Amino acid sequence: MTATVRIQREPFDVATEAAKITRGRTDAGAVVTFTGICRGDENGQPIAALTLEHYPGMAEAEIERHVAEATVRWPLIGVTVIHRYGRIVPGEDIMMVVTVSSHRAAAFAAADFLMDYLKTRAPFWKQVEKADGKIWVEAKAADDEAAGRWTSTGKHQAAE
Amino acid sequence: MTRILKVRYFAWVRERVGKPDEDVEVPDTVVTVGELMTFLAARGEEYAHAFENPKVIRAAIDKAHVKPQTPLGGATEIAFFPPMTGG
Repeated sequence: MTATVRIQREPFDVATEAAKITRGRTDAGAVVTFTGICRGDENGQPIAALTLEHYPGMAEAEIERHVAEATVRWPLIGVTVIHRYGRIVPGEDIMMVVTVSSHRAAAFAAADFLMDYLKTRAPFWKQVEKADGKIWVEAKAADDEAAGRWTSTGKHQAAE
Repeated sequence: MTRILKVRYFAWVRERVGKPDEDVEVPDTVVTVGELMTFLAARGEEYAHAFENPKVIRAAIDKAHVKPQTPLGGATEIAFFPPMTGG
């Protein structure tokens, strides 16, 4: 299992990151990638950019905890999570998750799990620039509910 | 007795307090994370504003999430921030 977590200002290339995991292997049968992209609007209003603030050290630690949890739950060959911080304009990538497994079910589930937890537990905060000023994005209840569904089964519940 | 805790603030909590971090002298009578929020809120107008609705504030001790009822214990660093909006 290879696990990579990076928090960086710079852009990334999803295909390059996926290839780093699969290169030279013959047991990888499924690669799932998710890329979060900066939209040009927030609640129907156009935005010029968003700025991502993070808690250095905790952001890496928190994502690594969830990557470790994912590797316990599913038979994964590799996981890479990259999350950017700083100013990002519409159309640019914000973050990515790559999961690699022998079969697709594990790769899909692990990517879904990691995304749900990243949304609600990784210490990042988005501020959007609108015509009338900067505002902090509010957390969505739907994201908490999405993360909550993973605690209703399996190991996590037993640990609570 | 008191102890010194490094307190960090992020996003709008940081903006309201007006600084990213500080060393705070905390009395031993402040036992839990929630009690520390009450203690901080009494430090001035900007703190009262930042902690006016403690239910929405999240906290981390030494870079791991904690609940308001968690004891501060031997913490060296505690952070306060709004619900997270990454991803």
